[in-house]
Amino acid sequence: MVVASKERIRDTRPVNPRVKSFKDTFRRLKKNKSALVGFYVLAFFFVVSIFGAIDANYGLTGISSNATNLTAKLESPSAAHWFGTDHLGRDIFIRILHGMYITLGVGFAATFLAGLVGVPLGILAGYYGGWFDTIVMRLMDVLLAFPGILLALAIVSVLGGSTINVTIAIAIGAIPQFARIVRGSTLTTKKLEYVDAIRALGARDVKIIFQHILPNIMSPIIVNTTLFIATAILTAAGLSFLGLGVQPPTPEWGAMLNDGRNYMYQAGHITLFPGMMIVIVVLAFNLFGDGLRDALDPKMRK
Amino acid sequence: MTEKPLLKIDNLKQYFPIKGGFLGRTVNHVKAVDDISFAIGKGETVSVVGESGCGKSTTGRAILRLDEPTAGKVEFEGKDVLGMSAKEMRRMRSEMQIIFQDPYASLNPRKTVRQTLNEAMEIQNVVPKKERNARIVELMETVGLQKHQIDRFPHEFSGGQRQRVGIARALSVNPKLIICDEAVSALDVSIQAQVLNLLKRLQREMGLTYLFIAHDLGVVRHISDRIIVMYLGKIVEMGETKSIFENPQHPYTKALLSAIPVPNPKKKAERIFLRGDVPSPIDPPTGCRFHTRCPFATDKCRTEVPLLEEKDEIYKDKHSVACHYALDIQQGKHKPKYNMTDVRKNLDEEGMDNKSKEKQLENA
Repeated sequence: MVVASKERIRDTRPVNPRVKSFKDTFRRLKKNKSALVGFYVLAFFFVVSIFGAIDANYGLTGISSNATNLTAKLESPSAAHWFGTDHLGRDIFIRILHGMYITLGVGFAATFLAGLVGVPLGILAGYYGGWFDTIVMRLMDVLLAFPGILLALAIVSVLGGSTINVTIAIAIGAIPQFARIVRGSTLTTKKLEYVDAIRALGARDVKIIFQHILPNIMSPIIVNTTLFIATAILTAAGLSFLGLGVQPPTPEWGAMLNDGRNYMYQAGHITLFPGMMIVIVVLAFNLFGDGLRDALDPKMRK
Repeated sequence: MTEKPLLKIDNLKQYFPIKGGFLGRTVNHVKAVDDISFAIGKGETVSVVGESGCGKSTTGRAILRLDEPTAGKVEFEGKDVLGMSAKEMRRMRSEMQIIFQDPYASLNPRKTVRQTLNEAMEIQNVVPKKERNARIVELMETVGLQKHQIDRFPHEFSGGQRQRVGIARALSVNPKLIICDEAVSALDVSIQAQVLNLLKRLQREMGLTYLFIAHDLGVVRHISDRIIVMYLGKIVEMGETKSIFENPQHPYTKALLSAIPVPNPKKKAERIFLRGDVPSPIDPPTGCRFHTRCPFATDKCRTEVPLLEEKDEIYKDKHSVACHYALDIQQGKHKPKYNMTDVRKNLDEEGMDNKSKEKQLENA
């Protein structure tokens, strides 16, 4: 009997809705097979990219991604060179491994930067409305009128091609997306009665925004972030392919595609492997993001 | 009413702009509250009744400056509320609190009861930090919640319990006036009674003043000392509960009161039906706003705005009405153009299609 009563006490313990909703979300996510595949692929790549980053910068394996070997150029995949070699005899597998953190890093950093600017802009525009809202959102409309890659292209050609500039260029193109989504959610949330209640208690706007609005609009932000990383990676690769992004000999995947372009007919593997990696990473992010969106959608909750 | 009112409202107006056109210019206004004045004495319960969209809730929100009023004056203990700076207003807010209609929307789903109450006290700094926990327990007991429920989240409570949390939050800053915006409308009837009794008890114990916004006339009769009847942004009648219920003077109030169901199937209540719908508050009728639906309306009603006055000498200081013919109607001098109780029947016949009319003829 004593044990039973203990059990009951444990059951009535309050569940933090944050923990609970996280658990619920994860449970729903697990039911979605494709999202789970995306998640595992991403987790795997993440670990591999950390290893690649360390190896590229501190040389654990002693193999350099830029070591040329003109006697072994354009070799097909073999036991010695898993993904073959390129026109300068560099090992493509090693290059992909060493470039992974750059590709993922640009994706994450650009999205993070965009969120850092877009989320506050969206919240302030939605919360205060008025002329601030009008000006900010019209500016966002202007940015949104350019196709993402074109805008990034223009910015990079002004700033010059480098990893940091590519990141900034992509981030600027993504700000409107964040601002719009966040503004919409803020408008919905600020009309709820608990926001009125806290205003009636005399809370300052900062408190209302950070403690009552932001925590309640996190799910659309998270979903948008995940989905945008894929787009950012794609745009970064596209810029590098055009020669405007990360500069050679950095083993960025888009730049590698560009390198292999001239040898596509003799040695297709030079373009095949970096291209395939880009596809896999982008697909994984999209699958995971879609799954996350479904899992966080309150209408799907049962 | 006591000598000096706790809350005094003068010519309050709340117009909401309608934006439209190319540059989002203001093309028109929704006149949600249009020039109303009233006062509430300390310890009183004043109810505001009226149908949906008549401006009851807007009035409450305007008093608290949740929406900034367009014009008018709100005085709380003689202090001009609308003229206060943001800083003064923040301090002032501990004096006036609000309880909302929807207990599911009025609590932040991510905060426990303790966090919610603690936050309220922290904002107003009414209780020293060390004593806050004790005060939270006390508040919970006051509103009839258990001590062990303190660390629960809103989703773990029922609607009635959440409403109690909302009441506790309002009480936590020791207010003098509480605006109950449809505070019991969303609750079950049995829970309604519990919450109403709780509100009454709190009033007795703490000397609270309520501005009770409601549409349920049974609830209003139960709780209020005085009643304000609103129609389309204006006060049409205001008076003591007893006098309003027993001797409604405005045709609209009469219609409203006749809609209360009578708990006796044998007694046939004389139901007054109004024609048509409430006109749009964007372009309200001229003169008396009720003239489009009033069977007593004359040309005077269509042109002259009736003032809220004490018409009947017997109810001096107790009952005022905004109707040109309030006395004449009462004394039977001014007859309606059509029988109000039969409107439903007339409408039914008008709306009847030809087929059913033929059927009826055949049967005859």
